[in-house]
Amino acid sequence: MARPVRFNIHPIAADIKNNISVTEMPPGHTGEGFFATRLSDVVGLARKNSIWPLPFATSCCGIEFMALMGSHYDFARFGAERLGFSPRQCDLLMVMGTIAKKMGPPLKQVYLQMAEPRWVMAVGACAASGGIFDSYSVLQGIDQIIPVDVYVPGCPPRPEAIIDGFLRIQDLVGEERLRRRNSEQYQGLMDSYGIK
Amino acid sequence: MSLTNETIKEQLIGKFGEQVSHFEEPYGMLSFESLNEINLKVMQFLYDEPGLQFRFLTDLCAVHFPGQTGREIAVVYHLHNLVENVRIRFKVFTDIEKPDVFTATQLFSAANWMERETFDFYGVNFVGHPNLKRILNVDEMDYFPMRKEYPLEEQTRIDKDDAMFGR
Repeated sequence: MARPVRFNIHPIAADIKNNISVTEMPPGHTGEGFFATRLSDVVGLARKNSIWPLPFATSCCGIEFMALMGSHYDFARFGAERLGFSPRQCDLLMVMGTIAKKMGPPLKQVYLQMAEPRWVMAVGACAASGGIFDSYSVLQGIDQIIPVDVYVPGCPPRPEAIIDGFLRIQDLVGEERLRRRNSEQYQGLMDSYGIK
Repeated sequence: MSLTNETIKEQLIGKFGEQVSHFEEPYGMLSFESLNEINLKVMQFLYDEPGLQFRFLTDLCAVHFPGQTGREIAVVYHLHNLVENVRIRFKVFTDIEKPDVFTATQLFSAANWMERETFDFYGVNFVGHPNLKRILNVDEMDYFPMRKEYPLEEQTRIDKDDAMFGR
């Protein structure tokens, strides 16, 4: 039996006039020929829509991430068009998969090589908590060695869940205040991980 | 012509007598045991003897038998005669308090990292090994994780509440 044709039998003409997605303007004062807003809002707007992720994929969550990068889920829609494979260029460390204790120091080194501001996303149960690997060789959550901004649950999470986590990261990036990384609280957080 | 388990067993008993024992043939594969002190002599004999020619070390590992006092740790060698395509399994037992076994690295280069792995997981001290240190686990580890002395679960984590996880 032939497969029923489900697509494009009644093609809808593409709306080329009005389909460009424009991000929302930050709150501010506008007048004739000027617009005034907070610098951090503008910086955050630029940053959140051009995050360069660094994939640190060690197991099956990495496969879900590959699906996410493909045409079907199309991660590029969220401004993460380009994966950087050098930590020095990237903003977001995406840790996907089981991190063995022996992998801990390399992971921390990758984190240290990233320039501020940097964000970390723990994708999947293993990266977040060790998952099912409640064992002598597995790190019980990457937050034991580096600070984590967003945890994505699932074993493995679907690409939609990773997108949701990425949107939470975008919220954090967009709301980041300019001096947050110089604050005492942030220094205290870094000190608690023995960084710097 | 073909090398049978019977001929291997006869030659071993002819050479070592009472020092080799516990001959078994699980699934047709000859397994035997020798005294801990003569493991190299047995393997050298199996290697050199023209009729035996066991010149390939397939695997080397350890087993922990917590119930056998005085012979808790077994070191198991899997040897292969590539000419006749015959495999044998050879074990030595040692005391967990002083798990010393002579290294097979002089005879088989392949034993080098397999003995390191066995040391890493079971703490078998291979006497004469050129570089006996941890190979797979983190260097800071201060115990031998595959010994049957520990609970299965990671003991360092504090976020798993016993009440919530039904333990």
